[in-house]
Amino acid sequence: MTSAARKLFWLGAAETLPLIVAAFPFGIVFGALAQSTDLGFSVALGMSAIVFAGASQFIAITLLAAGTVLPVIVVTVFIVNLRQLLYSANLMHHVEKWPHRWRLVLAFWLTDETFAVVSDRINRHPGAPGSRWFYLGSALAMYGFWQIATVTGYLLGEQLPGLDKWGLDVAMIVAFIGIVVPALQSRADWACAAVAFFAALLTHQWPHQSGLLVSSVIAIGVGLFVSRGASTDE
Amino acid sequence: MNEWLLILLMALVTFVPRYLPFALAGKVKLSPTLERALSFVPAAVLTAIIAQSTLVRGGELDVSWYNYHAWSALAAFIVAVLTRKLFLTIGVGLSCFVLLKLIFGT
Repeated sequence: MTSAARKLFWLGAAETLPLIVAAFPFGIVFGALAQSTDLGFSVALGMSAIVFAGASQFIAITLLAAGTVLPVIVVTVFIVNLRQLLYSANLMHHVEKWPHRWRLVLAFWLTDETFAVVSDRINRHPGAPGSRWFYLGSALAMYGFWQIATVTGYLLGEQLPGLDKWGLDVAMIVAFIGIVVPALQSRADWACAAVAFFAALLTHQWPHQSGLLVSSVIAIGVGLFVSRGASTDE
Repeated sequence: MNEWLLILLMALVTFVPRYLPFALAGKVKLSPTLERALSFVPAAVLTAIIAQSTLVRGGELDVSWYNYHAWSALAAFIVAVLTRKLFLTIGVGLSCFVLLKLIFGT
């Protein structure tokens, strides 16, 4: 690792810190929920270490506790994770400069948080070299703290029953607001976000959180439509 | 149910959507329209997640005065629009939530 790479690595970790602060309570709730549904400690930690996908982990243990059969859980997790396909595709243009073994490893660590930080960095410094080090720093920080949060939540859950009902997920909500809002620049961005907001509410009862994905696709379509109008005006 | 089998299958269906576009990067050329569409991904997906986790509580749409998540999110939104500062947005949003809980109880 050269010194420039090391600097980028730590910068990536540092810029992810606000999101880690926000995701930490979410991880604690996961650990506590796993404990309260009698999932073994090693299974809870194994899920955080091997799957490493917050929303999917919540859904999996919720379905598991409800006695859902394995294929249904796996299909649900797959659908929930389809948004990662959009994230990954969004970074494609940038990733083509990375060696293949880097792509394999870094793809595993793609989360809402690391995507948000990395895409923000790419927007601010397009074409800057060493982005994979920045990504790696962000990813490892996020991964490490997620494991710590899981363990902490599991142990706290034994001491404080009902921890999963404190509403700690509010931290993740306000963090996402802090990421999204500053990134809304054009009229098309705002239109896209507004449509995503209301469509997600209208579709919240759709099975397997499919409303989330459909709302996103519709919102992207609206964003495209509005931005096309803007470019012909000019 | 075998929990470890579940974890392995979950890992697989999580990794594939994350990796597939990375694997194809450089081999497939995306159309300019598709690239522009993808630039809307963060705003679309994250906002949809925010909307549902704020206003859908316990599986039901909750637009009551007692939805502290919604008030905290609103406070965070205002701060984010005015300042564009991430840490401040999180700080105000969380403080709002704690204050509401302390004043009005759970």
